[in-house]
Formats: sequence, C-alpha cells, structure tokens
Amino acid sequence: MTAPTTSSGDIDAGIPPESPAARDARWGRPRTPMSLLGPRGASPWVGRLVFVAAVVLLFAGPELIADPTRLRQWAEYLCYAMIAVGVDLAWGYGGMLVLGQGVFFGLGAYAMGMHLSLEQTGPGQLPQFMSLYSDYSELPLLWRPFEHLWFAAAAAVVVPVLVAAALGWLVFRRRIRGPYFAILTQATALVFWLLLVGQLQLTAGTNGLTNFSEIFGRSKYEPGTNEFLYYLAAGGLLVVVVLASQLVRSRYGRLLIATRDGEDRVRFLGYDPAVTKTVAFAVAAGMAGLAGALVAPIIGIVAPNQFAVLPSIIMIVWVAVGGRGTIIGALLGALAVSYLKTRVSETRPDDWQYFQGLLFVVVIAYVPGGLVGVARGSWLRGRRLLGSRGQRGDVSPPRPTRGTTEVTA
Amino acid sequence: MSTTTETPAPGAAEQATTPVLAVEDLVVSFDGFRAIDGVTLEVAAGELRFLIGPNGAGKTTLVDVVTGLTKATEGRVLFQGTDITGEAEHRIVRHGIGRSFQTPTVFEALTVVENLDLAASFRRRLPALLRSRRGVSDDIAAPLERIGLQATADRLAGTLSHGQKQWLEIGMLLVQQPRLLLLDEPVAGMSPHERTATGELLQSLAGEHTIVVIEHDMAFLRAYAQQVTVLHEGRVLSQGNVEYVQHDPAVREVYLGRARDERSGGVHLDVPSLVQEGDDGR
Ligand SMILES: Nc1ncnc2c1ncn2[C@@H]1O[C@H](COP(=O)(O)OP(=O)(O)OP(=O)(O)O)[C@@H](O)[C@H]1O
Ligand SMILES: [Mg+2]
Repeated sequence: MTAPTTSSGDIDAGIPPESPAARDARWGRPRTPMSLLGPRGASPWVGRLVFVAAVVLLFAGPELIADPTRLRQWAEYLCYAMIAVGVDLAWGYGGMLVLGQGVFFGLGAYAMGMHLSLEQTGPGQLPQFMSLYSDYSELPLLWRPFEHLWFAAAAAVVVPVLVAAALGWLVFRRRIRGPYFAILTQATALVFWLLLVGQLQLTAGTNGLTNFSEIFGRSKYEPGTNEFLYYLAAGGLLVVVVLASQLVRSRYGRLLIATRDGEDRVRFLGYDPAVTKTVAFAVAAGMAGLAGALVAPIIGIVAPNQFAVLPSIIMIVWVAVGGRGTIIGALLGALAVSYLKTRVSETRPDDWQYFQGLLFVVVIAYVPGGLVGVARGSWLRGRRLLGSRGQRGDVSPPRPTRGTTEVTA
Repeated sequence: MSTTTETPAPGAAEQATTPVLAVEDLVVSFDGFRAIDGVTLEVAAGELRFLIGPNGAGKTTLVDVVTGLTKATEGRVLFQGTDITGEAEHRIVRHGIGRSFQTPTVFEALTVVENLDLAASFRRRLPALLRSRRGVSDDIAAPLERIGLQATADRLAGTLSHGQKQWLEIGMLLVQQPRLLLLDEPVAGMSPHERTATGELLQSLAGEHTIVVIEHDMAFLRAYAQQVTVLHEGRVLSQGNVEYVQHDPAVREVYLGRARDERSGGVHLDVPSLVQEGDDGR
C-alpha cells in the first residue's frame, strides 16, 4: 500500500520536501509540525494572522450560533478539542499511544460534578443520590472539600496530573512502551469504570451525578448561562493551545519528538526518556482533566460510561482524523468528528458507530496525515504547480542556499 | 598494563597515569555465548585508538558495555578511575562519554541545528528546556562549521545524505564535549573524499579528546591510527602500534586463515591486504 502521503512535507521554512519514497517509508512518523499556531521560519506573520483570526472566530461563537442547544454542543466540542490537544502531545509528538485518556477526563469531570452536586443541594446537605443509596448520615470526607469551587477546579487538573505522573514514571522507568503501554492505559480505563460503578455510595454508580441546576452561582435556566459556559470552554481551549504550542516549540518539544523517533538514541545524548515522557503524559492528563471540569456543567451529567474504554478510543480517532503531530490538526479533528457525530446521530442514530469505525479505518489506511495532511499536500502541490519558490523533490545534492541567517540571541 | 608509549610529562604524573578508559576482565555472555571473553584494555588520555577485528569479534559489544547498553556479566569498566559498570546510559553520557552507532541515527524529523542543539542541551534541567531556542549559539555554530554542514543547517536531518548524517552524528558528539568518544565504524559508506575529511577531523580531535574508533577499513586505519587493538572471538588478540600489529603472527593467522576459508564471502577482502602490504615491507 503506497498511498501518496504528500502530507508529510514541511511548508515551514521553504524546506524542500522529502522524496515521496522516503516519506512513504515511514508514514507512522509525523513530521515537524507545520505549526500554523506557532510559526517558525519563513512567514511568522501569516501564522500570527491565522492565529488571531482563529481566536476571534472562537470567541465570536455566541454571536454566530443563535440556537442555545447548538451553542452548548459547540462548547462541548471545545472541551473535546482540549483533550485532543493533550492526546496529540502524548501520542503525536511523544509516540505514546494513550488509550485511557477517559480516566483523566473523568477525574476532572467528577471533581467538578461533585462540586456542582453540592452546589445544588446546599451547604452541609447530602447529594440526592447519597440520601437514596447510601447510609451516610453526613457528607463523607472525600466529598467535603469539593464544596469549594476553587478546590474542585484545582483538583480537576492536579489529580489527573499526579495520577498520570505516578503511573507514567512507574511504567516508563521500566521501559514499558509501544503496544504494552497502550494496553496498560486501556486497562486503567477499564479499572476506572469498574471503580466508578462499584463505589455506588460515593459515585452514584452507573447513573452518575446529574441535576446540576446551579452552576457557579447562577441558575442553569438563566439567560446567558450557555454563553458563559461557552466562553469558559473557549478560554480553557485557548490556554491549552498556547501551552501546547509553547511546549512543542521549546527544546523540550524537540526532545519529545526525538524521544518518539529514537528513544534509545536519546539516552545516549544524556537524556532520560522516562522523564521526558512522564512530563508529556502528565500534561496531557491535566488537559483532559481541565476539559472534564468544563464539560460537566455543559452536558449536565457525569456518568461512568462517558469515561470508559470506548470514549478513550474515540479520543485517538479525533487526533488521527485531524492529523497527528500538529496541534491544529488535533483540535480540528476533535471539532470535526464531534460535529459530524451530532449530525449523523440526529438523522440516523443507529449508524454513527459504524460510520465512526469506517472513518478511523479509512484515515489510518489512506490518509495517515489526516485533515492537516491533506491540506498540506494540496498546498505543496499548488505551490509546485504555480512554480513559486524553488521546490525540488530531489534533495541529495546539498544546496548551497539559505545560509544560517539566525543570529545568536 | 598501559599501552601508552610516551612517557608522561613531569608534573602531570597523576593525571596521565589514570587511563581515561579501563576495562578489567570483562565478560559478556548472551545465553551462554561469550561475546566478550575476558577483555582487559586501557586507553590513555588523548589517544586515538583503533579497535579492529573480524565480524562478530565483539567490538560493538565492548562499546555497548562501556556505554551501558549491554550489561557486563563479569568484570568492570572504569572511566577516569571511577567505576561506571552497570550505570544507566544517560548517566554514563553525563560522565563525559559519547558514542556513535554503526548505522547513523540522527533525528530525521528535526533540522540539523535542532539535532545539534538537542545534543548540546543535555546538561540543562527541565525548566531550562521548556524555553524555546533563539537562533544558533556559538557552542553550536562552531561544531556546525567543523562538520561542514552550515549550508544545510535548517534542513531536516532526514534529507541529508548518508555521509552528512554520519557527520551530523559526530557533530552531535562534539557539542557535548565528551572526554571519551566511541565511534562505531564512522566512515562506513563514505566516499573517499569524505573519509579523508573524517580522518583529519578525528586526528585534530585526538589530544583534546580521547577517541576509540571501530573500523573495518584498513586503508583508513593505516592512515590515521596511532594505537590498535585487535579483538578476535571476544578476546584481545594483539595490541600495539600499526606496524607491530601488522606483523603480529597471531593477527596474520586469524586474518589469512579466515580469508582462505571465506574467500567466497568477500567480507574481509581488504583485511589480508593489511598483512600483505606489511609483508612487502612497505
Ligand atoms: N544482543 C545479543 N544477543 C545475542 N548475541 C549477540 C547480541 N549482540 C551481539 N551478539 C553476538 O555477539 C558477537 C559479537 O557481536 P558484535 O556486534 O560485538 O561484533 P562486532 O565485532 O561489532 O562485529 P561487526 O564487525 O560485524 O560489527 C556476535 O557473534 C553477535 O552475534
Ligand atoms: Mg559492530
């Protein structure tokens, strides 16, 4: 199978594209990110303009989408985009196939869900499910600090980061990687689900936490709450994207890519891959946790099935569809697939699962570069057709051009 | 047993008598097969040492043990007098030991400068790594020039030619300023012109750095080697300067014997020429 993966070229700095053969030889390794969001090289202004335009568009959402249901859905998609950016850091840049991001998403969602449950019942009161299913007479210790919004918000990010850091350190230090790591993360998703369902008295079991009528001091039905939640999600996404872009552009980002492509080689440069990978894994978990905290009030329910094995796999689908190894790709992939899911489910509710499976297979087999890969490929082809800038397919003779114009800072 | 021939300069006695690398009674066994079978070896500071031997002699395995990739079954490895046996790879690098691999492995998704910068940043702590690189620092510009890749500085390493990749790999070692460099067949697959350039580079580096080169190419060896260690079936067969090793009957026996047995294989075609040229008195 030699699908033309013209996707992999780099439009950044007028670097000549690799020969198609060399590219085909390793489609599994995405190239240096095109970084529409963090421009390097030739045209930083184009990148910056695109970024500003995207941010404006992002925050203009409530102006553009009149229907409150749709707006809430888009706010939800934005949360998924945060998860996708994290998955991309771990998988696209770090080569860690994370099949259990639902765990971290869930930890964040439960942290906020607990707060919202308590906000609804009022101080000192037991949440509804607890008075029904449990023999607690007063609020259990685990629940108590979640009365405070600041604690819930902090825990939603810090707990996933700590869990991922501990798990990652244990696993990566023992050099567990590849499929073994993937299976392990998948197993954590299963264990998490079992825990949530099993600890009925604390978690409300399969029903989950619901009925959040009070959201951060305002009523769910109040006009403007939808907009408020949307802006929260948009702000969260902006923070996540900026953080991820900086990480990827930094030396650490280069190290992460190097570790993905040659973990053993990196050791002989004096780096410990376990540290590098643990950091990326933990940051990705924090992003998923933040997404969970923001999605809880938006969808109004926090239940185990949202965070189990299948949703975790779908998070990978987002990134694969959008384009692994580019932040913009992960983000667009999450938005596109989620939007498509809503649309398809609305018209033919039973078909989405098949459609999604098909989508994944097609992308993996035929479009390994994802949406971004396709866009990049047509961009490169367009430029070559127009004959602008000396583009060459053959790169074997060193070109005595484009000297290092960069200057020491 | 030091193989250094020069007498140490007065006053530098302490420094000079501690070999940079000492391997003591090393045994490496893979499921009972002894790939290294009792090797003792010392490399003095500033030396340019060549390590030769037939395929499977254990050369790469020896380097693997020194750099922590393979664990020693018996014996010790000392670096500047410190026992480093069994330490983790990245810690050994931080002691000041750099290595290259038989097949060049550079990071193809990164540019040439990024490759060098990554190598040069290895002592930075995580918070420092989180900042972006701004431009090219002098620490990188100088080695970049030395390996002659300035014109390709911003190209992805994956687009370099084979020889350029090998040089980039050497450059990545240089920016780390290791005390000891271990190079596994650095000129394999290079053009004659590139070989000469590499040989001269190695010579200019020796003295400042201590270098161990594994090499099959005999012309290259004769041109640039100072001291040679011959490995055979996991043991040190012979050791000395080029002249001495060429005339060592044990070496001749191994190479000529094998050459006769494996003529069809064509693996060691250039090796007998070492001995024959030695015979002719050159
Ligand atoms: N990981 C391993 N497991 C089992 N056997 C091994 C392993 N590594 C090396 N060997 C064996 O040890 C012997 C020495 O291998 P080594 O790679 O050190 O040889 P070499 O001298 O570098 O040869 P070449 O010139 O071909 O590179 C060989 O017989 C090889 O098959
Ligand atoms: Mg070898």
